[in-house]
Amino acid sequence: MNKSTIASKPVIQIRGLRKSFGENYVLRDLDLDLQEGENLVVLGKSGSGKSVLIKCIIGLIVPDAGNIEVFGEEITDYSHDELDKMRLEVGFLFQSNALYDSMTVRENLEFPLRRHQSKLLKVNETELVLEALSNVGLADTIDMMPSELSGGMRKRIALARTLILKPKIILYDEPTTGLDPITAKEISSLMMDIQKKYKASSIIISHDMNCVKITSNRIVLLIDGKGYITGTYDELSKSNDPKIKQFFD
Amino acid sequence: MKNLPIKAFLEEVGDATMFFLQFFKELFKPKFEFSELLNQCFYIGNKTLLLVGVTGLIMGLVITIQSHPSLKSFGAESWLPSVVSVSLVREIIPVITALICAGKIGSSISAELGSMKVTEQIDAMEVSGTNPYKFLVVTRVLAATLMLPLLVVFGDVIALYGGYLGVNIKQMVSFQLYTNQIFEKLTFGDILPSIIKSFFFGFAIGIIGCYKGMKSKNGTQGVGEAANKAVVTATFVVFIIDLIAAQIADIFQIT
Repeated sequence: MNKSTIASKPVIQIRGLRKSFGENYVLRDLDLDLQEGENLVVLGKSGSGKSVLIKCIIGLIVPDAGNIEVFGEEITDYSHDELDKMRLEVGFLFQSNALYDSMTVRENLEFPLRRHQSKLLKVNETELVLEALSNVGLADTIDMMPSELSGGMRKRIALARTLILKPKIILYDEPTTGLDPITAKEISSLMMDIQKKYKASSIIISHDMNCVKITSNRIVLLIDGKGYITGTYDELSKSNDPKIKQFFD
Repeated sequence: MKNLPIKAFLEEVGDATMFFLQFFKELFKPKFEFSELLNQCFYIGNKTLLLVGVTGLIMGLVITIQSHPSLKSFGAESWLPSVVSVSLVREIIPVITALICAGKIGSSISAELGSMKVTEQIDAMEVSGTNPYKFLVVTRVLAATLMLPLLVVFGDVIALYGGYLGVNIKQMVSFQLYTNQIFEKLTFGDILPSIIKSFFFGFAIGIIGCYKGMKSKNGTQGVGEAANKAVVTATFVVFIIDLIAAQIADIFQIT
């Protein structure tokens, strides 16, 4: 999917977002739009506030100031219940996978289904679990424990858990960190398949330039807590600005 | 400005108080996590039953054997079952059971929650539409509060049987006579305070384990530190509660 095929309708709109931890100002008046159906990569050095940004969007971190609109609704003043409802539409893939290590793969995938049960129509849980696992090519791991799986498999299971509620927006926190180049490429391709299959919009936090190249429709470079430049991979990779160039060299 | 010890201490007290108050706020708020509560009750009971039983038996035996010479020197050998049973039921078994649970349950809760925190599993729960405090903390604290008195009763029964074995090492006493001698002296005034204080022991062990786990920092090293602090703090608090319970029992003359 290239940039021209993406509808210009923002599903996430962020204005003037600020967050600091004590004296450490992480986000400073950040503006950002995620268009419907696009994969937006947020690039930046470690500690530049990328993960804080997506944790603010999902409601795990409360920003100091600014607005975050998801599907046109302001979420910064949402109650816990309203956030839970919003999280039905927004999936989050954790950098560490965050699989529940005391539960089997099946129980891991059933967990979000059961928690949102009252808000979902009666569904066949096993069918949904198998469908989500098939999407990531790991249907035969259903009764295994996370500790029995390789790093790449755990990432796929975490992705399956994120997808099980069929979210319209997916937030990926460094999805290929810690994986070998081949597995990282497989995960990147899987993310593209998901974008096509579910027509999902995604914000992807990544340092892995191969992943960025494969998955990005658009890139935002974060420097000092602000959006420094926005463009496609091709546009930014040709830039002579040393601040941009250092990521592509 | 670097945190001064007194400032850090006050912050910790404030943080712990908020954590403690949140328990009562979440406790009565639906949705209730019955299934997780039952899991935790089973887990706590299953994990400590054998240890409490064996310790109870040993304590019953040892206290009886050690009390025998003193009572014999006063010619009060026949008082042995009643004296031993009162000290076991009122003090020794509740405190020993609480200390076992502080070590086994407090550390396990704290390590479990701490490792869940550092691996972002608690955040993942929140993203999945679950209130982690309600799902993880309320269930574990309630389970510890409910299970500790049951474990104490179990420990009491086994310890009294241990006492029976101890009495029979030196003299021949029938089981019926032994139980009659016990219940001649042992009253509800002995049993009830010990059960009531066991609820408080359980609550303290659960909430301290959860607090230390949920607030653990600095990765895996922090998880180990949290488990260690949970055991030390819970042990200390168990003795404080025991002291307060003894004072209250004395004020209300429950003797």
